[in-house]
Amino acid sequence: MRGASRAAAFAACTAFAAAAALGALACGGGPASDAIPVGHVASMTGDTATFGRSADAGIRMAIEELNGAGGVLGKKLELITEDDRSVTEEARTAAQKLLQRDHVVALLGEVASSRSLAAAPEAQRAKVPMISPGSTNPKVTEVGDYIFRACFIDPFQGAVMAKFALGELKAKRLAILFDFKQDYSVGLADFFRDTVKKNGGEIVADERYTSGDIEFRAQLTTIRAANPDAIFVPGYYTELGLIAKQARELGINVPLLGGDGWDSEKTLEIGGDAVEGYYFSTHYAADSDDPHVQEFVKRFTAKNGATPDAMAALGYDAAGILADSLKRAGSTDGPKLRDAIAATKDFAGVTGKITIDENRNARKDAVVLQIRGGKFHYYRTVSAE
Amino acid sequence: MSRTGWARLAGFGVALAALHFAPLALNPYFVTILARIGIAIVAAASLQLVNGFTGQFSIGHAGFMGLGAYASAAFSVYLGAAVLDALGGALPAGLARLLYFPFPLLVGGLVAAAAGLVVAVPALRLRGDYLAIATLGAGEIIRIAILNVDSVGGARGFSLASDVHPGVDLRFDSLAGVYGVAVIAIAAIARLVYAGGGLAFRAVREDETAAESLGIPTTRVKVEAFLVSSFFAGVAGALFAHSEGYIHTNSFSFVRSFEIVTFVVLGGLGSLSGAVLAAAVLTAAPELLRGLGEWRMILYAALLIATMILRPQGLLGQRELWPLSRLAAPDPPSS
Amino acid sequence: MDNLIQQLLNGITWGSIYALIALGYTMVYGVLRLINFAHGEVYMMGAMTGYYTARALGLATEPSLGGLALVLVTSMLACGLLGAVIERVAYRPLRGAGRLAPLITAIGVSLFLQNTGQLVFGADPKFFPALLRSEEVWRSGDVAVSNIQLTVLVTAVVLMAGLEFIVQRTRFGRAMRAVSYDAPAAALMGVPVDRVITGTFVLGSMLAAAAGILVGLSNPKIEPLMGLMPGLKAFVAAVLGGIGSVPGAMVGGLLLGVIETLVTGYLSSTYRDAIAFVILVLILLYRPTGLFGQPQTEKV
Repeated sequence: MRGASRAAAFAACTAFAAAAALGALACGGGPASDAIPVGHVASMTGDTATFGRSADAGIRMAIEELNGAGGVLGKKLELITEDDRSVTEEARTAAQKLLQRDHVVALLGEVASSRSLAAAPEAQRAKVPMISPGSTNPKVTEVGDYIFRACFIDPFQGAVMAKFALGELKAKRLAILFDFKQDYSVGLADFFRDTVKKNGGEIVADERYTSGDIEFRAQLTTIRAANPDAIFVPGYYTELGLIAKQARELGINVPLLGGDGWDSEKTLEIGGDAVEGYYFSTHYAADSDDPHVQEFVKRFTAKNGATPDAMAALGYDAAGILADSLKRAGSTDGPKLRDAIAATKDFAGVTGKITIDENRNARKDAVVLQIRGGKFHYYRTVSAE
Repeated sequence: MSRTGWARLAGFGVALAALHFAPLALNPYFVTILARIGIAIVAAASLQLVNGFTGQFSIGHAGFMGLGAYASAAFSVYLGAAVLDALGGALPAGLARLLYFPFPLLVGGLVAAAAGLVVAVPALRLRGDYLAIATLGAGEIIRIAILNVDSVGGARGFSLASDVHPGVDLRFDSLAGVYGVAVIAIAAIARLVYAGGGLAFRAVREDETAAESLGIPTTRVKVEAFLVSSFFAGVAGALFAHSEGYIHTNSFSFVRSFEIVTFVVLGGLGSLSGAVLAAAVLTAAPELLRGLGEWRMILYAALLIATMILRPQGLLGQRELWPLSRLAAPDPPSS
Repeated sequence: MDNLIQQLLNGITWGSIYALIALGYTMVYGVLRLINFAHGEVYMMGAMTGYYTARALGLATEPSLGGLALVLVTSMLACGLLGAVIERVAYRPLRGAGRLAPLITAIGVSLFLQNTGQLVFGADPKFFPALLRSEEVWRSGDVAVSNIQLTVLVTAVVLMAGLEFIVQRTRFGRAMRAVSYDAPAAALMGVPVDRVITGTFVLGSMLAAAAGILVGLSNPKIEPLMGLMPGLKAFVAAVLGGIGSVPGAMVGGLLLGVIETLVTGYLSSTYRDAIAFVILVLILLYRPTGLFGQPQTEKV
């Protein structure tokens, strides 16, 4: 027995030593001394790469514009993006690397709530503020007082569409088709369901799919049989286009409703005629008169070759809020920066006028858009109260 | 105890103390990576028992890890927090945690072992590639089943934080603990395979029919290997859950199973030290290669292919490094 | 009742895609006893090749059956080549190196193709150009059949019939069957085993590419990671039908498609992905050789 344990100890020590040595070898320097390092944890590869890259593009553009205008506090901002490969625990290591090795003054990210939940405790422990552009699970900001977000949370958005369906569309029989694997979709569906039931509506069909699926005819056929007045599909545009097409092919002609996950030109591209007449809630309308929004859309399209989707816009605003807070704090000191972010009021973002509330969530209006003639059209505003 | 015995014990103690205090000196980023390496070592060693020593291709290991992770996390959140809270009041913090933490690890291991039994009994009737696919299927079914249990979060993931006892830190940060468990795992498996009746495992690997005809209870041997293996996989999962603080079923998909199989094959099927070494190097590598961005995974895959083509028996084949080698091939009697 | 018919229709169409991919798995397993995990990625490459070809030829704005055929053929040829390259570079050096090393290499190839795909094609999903305008071809009550579903079914059937012809009526097919049955004996009889194996990979890859195009037609969202799940499920289909058996793969694919659709529609959509694996475990427990496979005797 002693032989075995000694052997095992040696083996473990060897491995430890090898790893530590390799780790020490990898010691790299910090950022340029006169730049302010800002970290971004994003899924640049892996199954949600499309959202991570969008957010990164938005943040990058914001930072470039800020630097072009002279930077913040007299210095340029340096964006360091770390890829978490769409893997939950990698978000934590990416955050740690940014916090401990690059010594970033703030962390932006992540887009997925599960990865934000993995990274947030690290930011909280390091007392470095973190702003998530797009995580909607209420629990993210509950991790600690250094964690913020630039978007709505599920309870608000789920209720928005439920009330819209019942009130505006007079739809009493509602079906839900949600993405079972995505926290965002599960959350929205839950709150939608609750609000509908509380307000006298009826859920006649409750079906699910997984992100990455491309075949929905089985679920849609079941929904069709239940004869709903409208169908809530709180998923991402990546699946929505196909769902819409297949729904039409099956002869389903009632409106589909969605959340800000629909907000991308790909919805129109993939959905084509199929998405005509549908409604969804989101942060901003690209056809808004607001010159700020127009400028943003124009510049982003010129730079990236595609109109910005919701993640890009949210990334842009998260970076904007950070810069604005840095200016107000007058320093990069963690606690001061944190307080400045918490005090954000009526920040003019492209995704609306943003105020950070006492739970460190963004309070802002939602807009409901309708798809007509192959374009998104502003339909109604739902205020944050 | 003899002088060498004391020396060994002292050496051991020093190593543990170093590990225990290392996190104070090292960057937390490295501490996390070192912890992950320790966990990978446990996972690889446990899989080596089944794949390398007993010759049964199991590629659903991540399912057992996931089960261990979630079971131990649920235990800690729903039961353990209360216990730790009470203990923490009565005893000094360090001691309380030392006393408590073996329990979630055991729970994780036992639940995973139970699942291992359920999977093993039917699956081990199959041979070769069929067994591989059956275990892959079992791993996926387990993962999807966990995804459906709302009380451990589902798609939202599961945080190691109790709502009822919010102040209690359920995380297990100790590198000494992780590596201590790794040592125990390697020792247990080495003992199982290299001492006494351990030859039976390798007999089953080499030629199951011949082994059967020699009177070796092959099914029992295989089930035993599976049980021990899934137990330690569960322990690895429990360590993972408690060092991360937040888990999601995405971390326990077949991609993870393949990673662990890669450690075992790269290290050499039948070499415990090989599996340990490969686990350490391959867990550290993606971090070291981080600067390469998207090329990282491409390089990693290419490396895998090249290694398999150039040296299919893996790094060490069936040899062990010292001092496991003393166990594997005891000195011949001097004539 | 209408519902059931619709679901069956959905299932058969979807299942024919699984069948096309499953055929590749089953044929390669037959001649090499290797599970080619990278096969799902060949399917993905088929879809991607089709996407770029269609765009290069400007077919997005002019849907036509001829255009579809052109894209199909181009993609099949390109992926046939890919399959041959994979076999030559990654698997042939490992012949005789046991079972696990080629399995790991296959995983390596799969990972390599996925990540290279993300790098080269970009990670975001692409919209496959509509090579056919979607129209309702037949309707009875609530049951709707679109021309796209019909095209998928017909093309799949034609390809499968073509394969069956090759396997049963040509010299190559006979050589393939000989190698699956007993490779050393076939070699002794003068069958060029290496060429047959390469040819098997080419055939299987061509069918996978066709599946990719058909999916692009009926479920037009494609992306570099699209091959993972369908690859695994098609493998299950092959096992269901009896791995090594060509008619088995066809039946297995259709059956899996139907079961998956019916369970998703009538029981619960939660377990859609799990179904394939449950079937797998059940089949392996109760009838490991599948529906059409032969029990293998083991010589001692």
